[in-house]
Amino acid sequence: MNDVAAALQERIPAATPRPSADHPAFNVPAADAIAALQFLRDAQGYDYLVDVTAIDWSAEQSPRFTVVWHLYSSTKHVYVRLAANCADDKEPAMPTATGLWPGADWHERECYDLLGVTFTGHPDLRRILMWDGYPYFPLRKEFPLAGLPAELPDLEIAAETGTRLISAPMAGGPFVAPASGQPMSAAEPRAKDEAWNEDSAKPGTT
Amino acid sequence: MVSADKELAYNSKIEGDVVVTRADAAINWLRSNSMWPMPMGLACCAIELMATASSRYDIARFGAEVMRFSPRQSDCMIVAGTVTYKMAVHVRRIWDQMAAPKWCIAMGACASTGGMYRSYATLQGVDRILPVDVYVSGCPPRPEALLDALLKLQNKVKRERSLSNQLKTA
Repeated sequence: MNDVAAALQERIPAATPRPSADHPAFNVPAADAIAALQFLRDAQGYDYLVDVTAIDWSAEQSPRFTVVWHLYSSTKHVYVRLAANCADDKEPAMPTATGLWPGADWHERECYDLLGVTFTGHPDLRRILMWDGYPYFPLRKEFPLAGLPAELPDLEIAAETGTRLISAPMAGGPFVAPASGQPMSAAEPRAKDEAWNEDSAKPGTT
Repeated sequence: MVSADKELAYNSKIEGDVVVTRADAAINWLRSNSMWPMPMGLACCAIELMATASSRYDIARFGAEVMRFSPRQSDCMIVAGTVTYKMAVHVRRIWDQMAAPKWCIAMGACASTGGMYRSYATLQGVDRILPVDVYVSGCPPRPEALLDALLKLQNKVKRERSLSNQLKTA
């Protein structure tokens, strides 16, 4: 572990260790991200790209988006994590890793689809889980779990059924299990606020 | 001897080789006892749908083992699984391609109301895009529950005024 840190720091002086509970992790500037990934793959033997993902720290924070790569060495059987902040908060962008691993293609499409992080140089950057015309980025912090109203993907079907996307009814809020330490029967998921649902308003309000 | 009984009744000693009944009784009996499902198996409920078709629970007893994946050849669409908004478009298209008369069973919580997925991606019940005849609750419903739904659908079909419907649309 220490030799990876030392080697990476020597190759990319701006790399700093990142607090991590499980595996060695490093922060790098966005401009050095691809060089760091290539170094880890070619010189350090991290040949398998496990995941490319991103973190949205919320609109109040700057930098807002951090892209995270997880690498695994199939020869040494160890993991490493690399993280880089996106320069722009409004239009986050990061160079693509598809030149190093073709498998990064779909991971980066998912990041783009759900968080809006653009990967420059990506061969086919379009939505993968939601449909192409979907107007929002669902995993951003300001987007509610229930969703926002929008149109169905197909205009013909939308016209025929008259249906739209709705905010899903969340009677009383998300259903969560209370903190553990209780017996199972008491730890069943309950609505966070059992005082109201769509049919009966909260007592005390209209 | 003419019977006023609306049920399909046949007593060979009296009627011989001729059965006299209402057209509706005959048509409905034929339709309900050969209800060929269009299995719209989208998620986990499809596994229970397959189990219902297997030998232990045997949907073939009710004439519905013929799972036609072609909408042109099927009568009843069993929506078994979570319908996402992305998939809802295609479910509706398949429904449109089915020939009348057609019915729909919404199998499971996700197809009935969106189930546990109160989210931006899941259609909150397939009845938002197509008319459902029977809802089955469960996650997933037991095969017996799906068979119960099929029986309820059969009873619903038996109560229809098929001949008048046919003549109206002709």
